[in-house]
Amino acid sequence: MLELIVISTLNGVLFGMLLFLMASGLTVIFSMLGVLNFAHASFYMLGAFFGFQISRWLGFWPALLIAPLLAGAIGAGVERYGLRRVHRNGHVAELLFTFGLAFVIEEVVQIIWGKSPVDFRVPALLDFPAFTIFSTNYPAYKMFMLLVSIAIFIGLLIVLKKTRIGLIVQAALTHPHMVGHLGHNVGRIFMLVFGVGTALAAVAGVIAGPALVTQSNMAGLLGPILFVVVVVGGLGSLPGAFVASLLIGLVQTFAVSMNGSLSGAFGPLSPAYASTWLADIWGVTVAQIAPIMPYVLLVLILILRPMGLLGTRDT
Amino acid sequence: MSEITVSAAPPLPAAAEKFKFYGLWLAAAIVLLLLPRIFGSGGSLTTFSLIGISIIFSLSYNILLGQTGMLSFGHAVYYGLGGFLVIHAINILSANKLPIPLPVVPLIGGLTGLAFAALLGWVSTQRSGTAFAMISLGVAELIASSALILRTFFGGEAGISANRTKLLKLFGWNFGPQIQIYYLVAAWTLIAVIAMYALTRTPLGRMCNAVRDNPERVQFVGYNPHVVRYLAFCFSGFFAGIAGALAAINFEIANSAYLGAVQSGTVLFATYIGGIGFFIGPIVGAIFVTFLSLGLSDLTQVWQLYFGLIFIAVVLFAPGGITGLLMMHRPLLKAGTLSRMLPSYAIALLPTLAMIAGGILSLETIVHYTVNPGDDSHIKAFGVSFDAASPYIWAMAAILLIGGYLVARKTWTWVGHAWDDATSVAREKGIAP
Amino acid sequence: MTAAIELRRLEKSFGEVSIIRNISLSVAQGERHALIGPNGAGKSTTFNLISGYMAPTSGNVLLRGEVISGLPPYQINRRGLSRSFQVTNVFANMSVWENLRCAVLWSTGQRYAFWKNIDNLPDVRDRTAQILTDINLTARRDVPAGLLTYAEQRALEIGITVAGGADVILLDEPTAGMSRAETERAVALIRRLTEGRTLLIVEHDMSVVFGLADRISVLVYGQIIASGTPEEIRGNPKVREAYLGEEAA
Ligand SMILES: Nc1ncnc2c1ncn2[C@@H]1O[C@H](COP(=O)(O)OP(=O)(O)O)[C@@H](O)[C@H]1O
Ligand SMILES: [Mg+2]
Repeated sequence: MLELIVISTLNGVLFGMLLFLMASGLTVIFSMLGVLNFAHASFYMLGAFFGFQISRWLGFWPALLIAPLLAGAIGAGVERYGLRRVHRNGHVAELLFTFGLAFVIEEVVQIIWGKSPVDFRVPALLDFPAFTIFSTNYPAYKMFMLLVSIAIFIGLLIVLKKTRIGLIVQAALTHPHMVGHLGHNVGRIFMLVFGVGTALAAVAGVIAGPALVTQSNMAGLLGPILFVVVVVGGLGSLPGAFVASLLIGLVQTFAVSMNGSLSGAFGPLSPAYASTWLADIWGVTVAQIAPIMPYVLLVLILILRPMGLLGTRDT
Repeated sequence: MSEITVSAAPPLPAAAEKFKFYGLWLAAAIVLLLLPRIFGSGGSLTTFSLIGISIIFSLSYNILLGQTGMLSFGHAVYYGLGGFLVIHAINILSANKLPIPLPVVPLIGGLTGLAFAALLGWVSTQRSGTAFAMISLGVAELIASSALILRTFFGGEAGISANRTKLLKLFGWNFGPQIQIYYLVAAWTLIAVIAMYALTRTPLGRMCNAVRDNPERVQFVGYNPHVVRYLAFCFSGFFAGIAGALAAINFEIANSAYLGAVQSGTVLFATYIGGIGFFIGPIVGAIFVTFLSLGLSDLTQVWQLYFGLIFIAVVLFAPGGITGLLMMHRPLLKAGTLSRMLPSYAIALLPTLAMIAGGILSLETIVHYTVNPGDDSHIKAFGVSFDAASPYIWAMAAILLIGGYLVARKTWTWVGHAWDDATSVAREKGIAP
Repeated sequence: MTAAIELRRLEKSFGEVSIIRNISLSVAQGERHALIGPNGAGKSTTFNLISGYMAPTSGNVLLRGEVISGLPPYQINRRGLSRSFQVTNVFANMSVWENLRCAVLWSTGQRYAFWKNIDNLPDVRDRTAQILTDINLTARRDVPAGLLTYAEQRALEIGITVAGGADVILLDEPTAGMSRAETERAVALIRRLTEGRTLLIVEHDMSVVFGLADRISVLVYGQIIASGTPEEIRGNPKVREAYLGEEAA
């Protein structure tokens, strides 16, 4: 039991930090540009596939650097030549643009890399168990993922607190309507923020790729969870996104490792009910409902706190 | 009626206008009735049925997006649940020999959609804008994932099926042949379209528009925007349920794809491409997108990519959709200055087409090298055969694409100037605002 | 007689910053009351507190003796209090006619009706036409509100505010940014439309204030420093120093 708790906590924090790597970029972009980037998870996917491809050509370590840069450059281009153009048509058009973009990116990835998972391996250097708790080996690569996300997290904090651009971003987070007064270089700042935000998502993609499955549906699977994170945390709140990322990371990981079900808890079902569709509810295990946990959480939060955990803005 | 009303209010429609209005609906009914006489093949009847279903679904979606300003990424939930319930209903009705004929069954789908919209809508519609969009997505994922868990009810991956011909016969129709299904869909389409049109002309319909334009101000004229959004959501769920029911009847099956993200995305595409600013926009979009997806899939292997690119192009260059583009020209037509636009359109058309052709050529060549690298390089796309390995083709693609782009950019600025001239004349005549 | 509006020890702070500091004010029924004060004094915030747009940090707002603070704006509006906005706040994509009609609907009892044809409601039609005529926009009836001139939009803003027949009207700088002639026309309009109703108006143009108001309150840094008839306010040394003096200088 203790073993389960330790391992699940580690995995949950890891998943949560990965989520935050993406949610932080998404939140900052939302606060500054006013648009929720529907394609954010697609940049995560691009990161993974670029990472896979570059790993093949140059090895994992160059890929870890180049893939996010490449994805970030694409992100900056999308802001400069796409989003900026639709901006005057309002937020719905902006959101729809990124929605269309997500669709197109998925198609393109399918065309280039196919629909089946690609063989993105953990680099040999990290392919060993880091430590053994009780009887379980914990892979070194997962520790590496955790370290990278924590390093970036700290880096972000420093940038936010200590640099000029960080101060601008902070101001945008607290006073979103003031962003328009940034002066003539507002366009460049937007492009930079969008580029960095998407590059962060791509970092998550590169490091998650070998550990999870690198496949053309990975954006579609992760995207909705990511949006749940930002809504649960409170749209536009960076601390909220952090709390929600960890919360959802932990909830989902723990759910996956549990095997209980209602029938398990209350004994075997009376035969009269066993054949009806109630049996599905009765017999389902907690692990099976893990995928819907984030959405259940979303609905609960909306009922209890419509603005999200730490949200103040009504969009 | 007071004197002031007579002088200040918009005139009530004259008898002739009313006649024209009802005539239009009548004409639509007659066209629907006669369509199978002209295109009677099984294939076209199926296509028409799909279009009818898509029209109801898209219009129901536009109650949210176009009328009330709510962008939903999960509208298929209500469509799909309507479909599933109807399949179960048909099975139950035929097993128990209940005296309910098939034409009434779509109503069960509608009520299912309504019930779930009423249940899930209150939470979803608390917020508007981006938050609503994200919530709709989350709720849709919740339902779609739950459907995979509740296997007995939703039938898992395979879905559940029913036999529509086993219900009470009506006028000797058992609804086996596609023509009978066509008439069933056509009738429901007409009813639903009229009902949704009527809805736009009620106090609630107008307050939906007000909520779309300025939810904040709505609160200060006595309305609760949350309630307005909620009611719009319920209506939208009802009509989506009817569409889903008709789809389930048409295919005699309901599966998890009915509820899924792709279905939600498709209705969004159709509605937006058609144009969300006018009532007929989604109708145009439904027809266009149905033909497009049927046609494109024959012409090219990567039709979904084209589909996405078309959608992005509409968002970028024609946010009013097809209908918006056409309606823009109405003041010019009235002012008689439309003819001034035609030369510049004609000039712009050529390089634009060249650019598109170059784009398609490059894309198909790339697809050849990535998707089927081992195959013969003589490929065929959009009915044209060419050699994807030939450097001449590459050069031609590049020239068409880049040259076309450079020239097209120039010509479209001319179009812009011609447009300004034409509208300023229309404005002088007091036609364009 | 109970006051139309009464503010009791009203306070509002945003975070640390206290913007409204313990305001008490009473506006009698049928009175035209002007709220004046320098920019940033908290006049619009006071309107936001009264109309339910924001909840006060402490204190109460009473409408005809009933506490309304804490109620959402639409419920306050239904009780007969209507406000305009300093920054024009209309339904930009809808025609002038539709704008006014939406403002009339609730008060004519239509609620959320989805079974009535909106063009077949004589009551709604008459009221809308009346307001449209009152604000002199008959010629612009079918123009989308977003395409009106500034002065026309301000007139529409007032029209929407009074259309529901509320008997307590709050107008936030209705003539700001208007030319002399436009201002005069707007004032005449306000005078006519608020006949027999209670009016609380924020206004910077002193000739308008002293011409229109029965009573005046002066708000400076979130506090009411004086309240009285136009003569009393004109003669008040504190007011001259804090506010009117600036104008004279
Ligand atoms: N929502 C808000 N959040 C923070 N500060 C606000 C908010 N609304 C108003 N303020 C501040 O309150 C003060 C008073 O504003 P306002 O009531 O608009 O003044 P007035 O209408 O008298 O010119 C200003 O300093 C303004 O910055
Ligand atoms: Mg003000």
